[in-house]
Amino acid sequence: MCLGIPGRVEEVEGAEATVSFGGIRRRVRLDLLDNVSIGDYVVVHAGFAIEVLDEETALEMLNTLREVFRE
Amino acid sequence: MKFLEEYRDGELVKRIANRANELLGRIGREVKIMEVCGTHTMAIARHGLRGLFRKNLDLISGPGCPVCVTPNSGFSLVFQAAEMGKTVATFGDMMRVPFNGKSLSKLRGEGFDIRVVYSPYDALKMAEDEPEKEFVMAGIGFETTSPLFASIILECRRRRVSNLKLISLFRLIPPALDALLKAEDLHIDGLILPGHVSTIIGVKPYVDIVEKYKVPAVITGFEPVDIVESIRMILKQLVEKKSMVENEYVRTVRPQGNPKAIRLIQEVFKPVDAEWRGLGEIAESGLALKDEFKDFDAVEEYGLKPVEASEPAGCLCGQVIRGSKKPTDCKLYRRACMPDNPIGPCMVSSEGTCAAYYYAGVE
Ligand code: SF4
Repeated sequence: MCLGIPGRVEEVEGAEATVSFGGIRRRVRLDLLDNVSIGDYVVVHAGFAIEVLDEETALEMLNTLREVFRE
Repeated sequence: MKFLEEYRDGELVKRIANRANELLGRIGREVKIMEVCGTHTMAIARHGLRGLFRKNLDLISGPGCPVCVTPNSGFSLVFQAAEMGKTVATFGDMMRVPFNGKSLSKLRGEGFDIRVVYSPYDALKMAEDEPEKEFVMAGIGFETTSPLFASIILECRRRRVSNLKLISLFRLIPPALDALLKAEDLHIDGLILPGHVSTIIGVKPYVDIVEKYKVPAVITGFEPVDIVESIRMILKQLVEKKSMVENEYVRTVRPQGNPKAIRLIQEVFKPVDAEWRGLGEIAESGLALKDEFKDFDAVEEYGLKPVEASEPAGCLCGQVIRGSKKPTDCKLYRRACMPDNPIGPCMVSSEGTCAAYYYAGVE
């Protein structure tokens, strides 16, 4: 789980969240982040969410790469 | 899964690699690019990314495996705590590290209480559930890991948990990069910067180093598209004779990093000079508990004393860590030294360069 695989936040309870990694669910601490919401994708390291993935940027960058390296 | 398969798009990877190869052709000479994150080392090996590039690209691995860079004197503290009868909580990749003919796994077999935890929070819960025991956490890792332990120390304070102590062996990446770029024998042309350390510290800590040594550097993620694109970006800088810090991993790394995590590190720890396997002592490259958290320091509380141990004969782990040798240069690689029977720490942790080469089938 420290491989940088983003997981989807399914539940938030206080300082903890339930995060799904392609169906595998884990309890994750939220001590390093403010304002995590259900549906966010988070990057998890050793049981702690260390950042929220910016979905818009993720898709934008892919599209740019696909555009630039088309032929 | 979302944001995973998309960044593994083989066609896209190939097209970016072609562009990188054009740049390599223009440069002509050998180009040495170092990745300084064990997870990158693993990903490069697992996805066979080396094979995509022209021969004049040499991808070398640096000191990105926390277990590997921890010197024997550091391990000795963890072993002492276990042998004193403390309950040691550690990440799994520490268990089989060979030290003076011993390993934590062997000690556990002899009846010492050593527990593998997935998260430092597990150690806190154990300490709460078993107040009669004294727990010691092996604090090994980089800037990605130290803020988690900082939050656990603060949580211990809040919950009045006093039977959990820490051996702080945390290391900082930027001072190690400075030491590597300063070394006259390495000639590193570009740096693939660690994605998750950068998630915590942001872009700024690298800027001065890159300016000082004029070496292109790109922060990147862990999927094939990320890594190949970061290599292309470095090569482009080389062709254009630029040297700056670029961020490919924009979906996760913010320019300012994670300010809350940085505050946690600064609240609990202070930088100290520290020794690295293979790199020697580097100024202000380690973290120690601040004075106001001394009661959590296992080394002080239990009077632990670092002991030196000689490196296993023939093991090149120290040179592998600084990128001056490859696992394949080691006579023991794949013969005497294998993940089932590791001779040096670089073969133990899955993030170790020797283990990454082994699992990828590099002969
Ligand atoms: S292959 Fe084993 S013995 Fe050789 S450098 Fe790597 S860890 Fe050391």
